[in-house]
Amino acid sequence: MNFDLNDDQKAIQALAREFAQAEVKPRAEQMDRDEAFPYDLVAKMTELGFMGLPFPEKYGGAGADTVSYALTVMEIARADASTAITMAAHVSLGATPFYLFGTEEQKQKYLVPLAAGKMLWGFGLTEPNAGSDAGNTQTRAQLRDGKWVINGTKAFITNSGTDLTGGTTITAATGKRADGKPEISNIIVPQNAPGFTRSKKYKKMGWRASDTRELAFVDCEVPEENLLGERGNGLKQFLQVLDGGRISVAALSIGLALGAYDEALAYAKERQAFGKPISKFQAIQFKLVDMLGEIEHAKLMILKAAWEKDNGRDFAQTASFAKLYAAEVSRRVVNEAVQIHGGYGFMDEYPVSRMYRDQKINEIGEGTNEVQRLVLARMMGL
Amino acid sequence: MNLREAGLGFLRVLGGPEANVKIVVTVKLVPEPSSEKKIDSGTKRLVRTGVETVINPYDEYAIEAALALKEKLGGDTTVTVFAMGPENTKETLRKALAMGADDAVFLSDAGLEGSDVWGTASALALGLKKVGFDLVICGGLSDDGSSGAVPGELTEYLGVPGITNARSLDVVDGKVHAQRETDNGYQVVSGPLPALVSVTMAIGEPRYASLKGIMGAKKKTIAPLAIADLASPLALGSAGAKTRLLDFAPPAPRQKAQVVDAPDGATGAKIIFDFLKEKRLV
Ligand SMILES: Cc1cc2nc3c(=O)[nH]c(=O)nc-3n(C[C@H](O)[C@H](O)[C@H](O)COP(=O)(O)OP(=O)(O)OC[C@H]3O[C@@H](n4cnc5c(N)ncnc54)[C@H](O)[C@@H]3O)c2cc1C
Repeated sequence: MNFDLNDDQKAIQALAREFAQAEVKPRAEQMDRDEAFPYDLVAKMTELGFMGLPFPEKYGGAGADTVSYALTVMEIARADASTAITMAAHVSLGATPFYLFGTEEQKQKYLVPLAAGKMLWGFGLTEPNAGSDAGNTQTRAQLRDGKWVINGTKAFITNSGTDLTGGTTITAATGKRADGKPEISNIIVPQNAPGFTRSKKYKKMGWRASDTRELAFVDCEVPEENLLGERGNGLKQFLQVLDGGRISVAALSIGLALGAYDEALAYAKERQAFGKPISKFQAIQFKLVDMLGEIEHAKLMILKAAWEKDNGRDFAQTASFAKLYAAEVSRRVVNEAVQIHGGYGFMDEYPVSRMYRDQKINEIGEGTNEVQRLVLARMMGL
Repeated sequence: MNLREAGLGFLRVLGGPEANVKIVVTVKLVPEPSSEKKIDSGTKRLVRTGVETVINPYDEYAIEAALALKEKLGGDTTVTVFAMGPENTKETLRKALAMGADDAVFLSDAGLEGSDVWGTASALALGLKKVGFDLVICGGLSDDGSSGAVPGELTEYLGVPGITNARSLDVVDGKVHAQRETDNGYQVVSGPLPALVSVTMAIGEPRYASLKGIMGAKKKTIAPLAIADLASPLALGSAGAKTRLLDFAPPAPRQKAQVVDAPDGATGAKIIFDFLKEKRLV
């Protein structure tokens, strides 16, 4: 057993921290206020190799491991959750399906520019009436004259409408299985496909600088070859993508918690009450101890899941535990971080107020806390 | 014999175009600047254990200057980083390789411990001669020792033209051209290669090591160099030190702040202004 990061992992973590603290953190407040998508930061992350971090070099990636990826997402989220989800959704949800299920031709056409950060890509599973119950996909795709004709709506799709977005991969019912249930497949829909439109950006409570939109498909046509993976395997494929995605969302949650802890610690040492810094009060000390303790526990589990993935183990259960626990820890930590700030924590100028808003989605996106527990109960044989 | 005479056979003959300039950047490995530094009261040396080691922040500007110059000159121009330090700090050099340096040379020897400024510059000069160079680029200062004397001493011991405090740097027709920062402006200076230039932070923000750089740095070499390789005519390390640190003391504690009590902002500002004026600070 060895808890040391290797030299690459240490160097990548140091790079991500340096970049996030110097370039991302100072921008977070303004970006949140303006709901401004960080094109320039995406360009910088591209240059550094973050947008293709875990993919092999032959597909234009940096060839780093999942541990390095989790550490990178953590450091960026520590500075700004919106920037972190933009990167994490691109890598884990946008590019990964091509890496896992694409033909060599599809990998060259999509994964290579995605890993190089030249293009962003969305992942469209959720629908207005199918979220946790993703199998209830209403979107239909019918094969007609060598083309998929798609009709339906997708909701809350990250990175789906930026100037850099090349398209979205969606789940759609492509027929009926022998057991009468819908046959679900994954279809690649480029931005310029006829009949495909995006709504304006949603107005959001948090992750305000990230791009989230509703997608509409009205007799939208794409070539038959835009099927990703095997026909009928769509749901299985998306669930596999989400297994890996959980590691990055967990890292995002704990990065946010670390950022809130950083702020709370600094504030507690500086804020005076009753003639001394509030960090000298045991009540505040205990909060800070619990915050860092829980962050460390969650981090261990995230890194374990990442290690399992890197070593070819079955990581789904650890990743799900990590995602659930990290999301809940992030809630407790941001809550106490605001509490330590008193009234100032309620003010826009203090980063903890943004972090408090950015936190909630951690418990909803990529499987709600309830759904994680459902999934875990199933894995535990209950 | 002095060090300056200890063989100038190292000088490479520059053949025309600058497309193959050998740039060597001297780099010091120092304790993380924000870490709390302790001095061992017995040896009077900085405690290096338990503290993270990083590349001297000023030297990152020198690395940036070298990499930018390499990009501009192209061809076979190379950038080598050259450091002297305790063996356990060697891997810190990987960051320079990840930023884009081609290779590194690491001078490490128990016999170099306790070097004073003279000893450090002497050992570095001998090492640089051994490695060979057309252009040496240094940071202006080290974050820990802060003597700021090494670039000047190196120039002397290497017997090459030296330009300190450069805010910009170029190589054209076998000559180095630089703008030297002064208190009220800058000078434009040039000299023939081989030469040494020390740079200021105005040279340009150091680049990040990219992920590809990090992954590629493993494959680059850090060549070892020891005291025996230097063939020094003089004793180095603590044995050869010409200065001795006799004593040290922490800075005097800061005086208690004077709090201005004023009925309104304008009156308060006036009191503060008068105070600063009295101290000749405005
Ligand atoms: C900012 C943002 C970005 C997003 N990005 C993407 C994206 O890029 N791609 C994508 O496909 N989706 C995306 N989503 C969608 C997200 O994954 C869903 O919102 C989430 O899965 C929950 O689905 P829902 O909103 O339909 O909630 P519902 O499924 O309607 O859930 C409502 C509540 O009921 C609970 N619940 C539901 N079923 C059960 C059950 N069986 N047992 C117990 N409790 C249950 C839930 O836990 C929840 O508390 C994003 C969402 C947001 C807000």
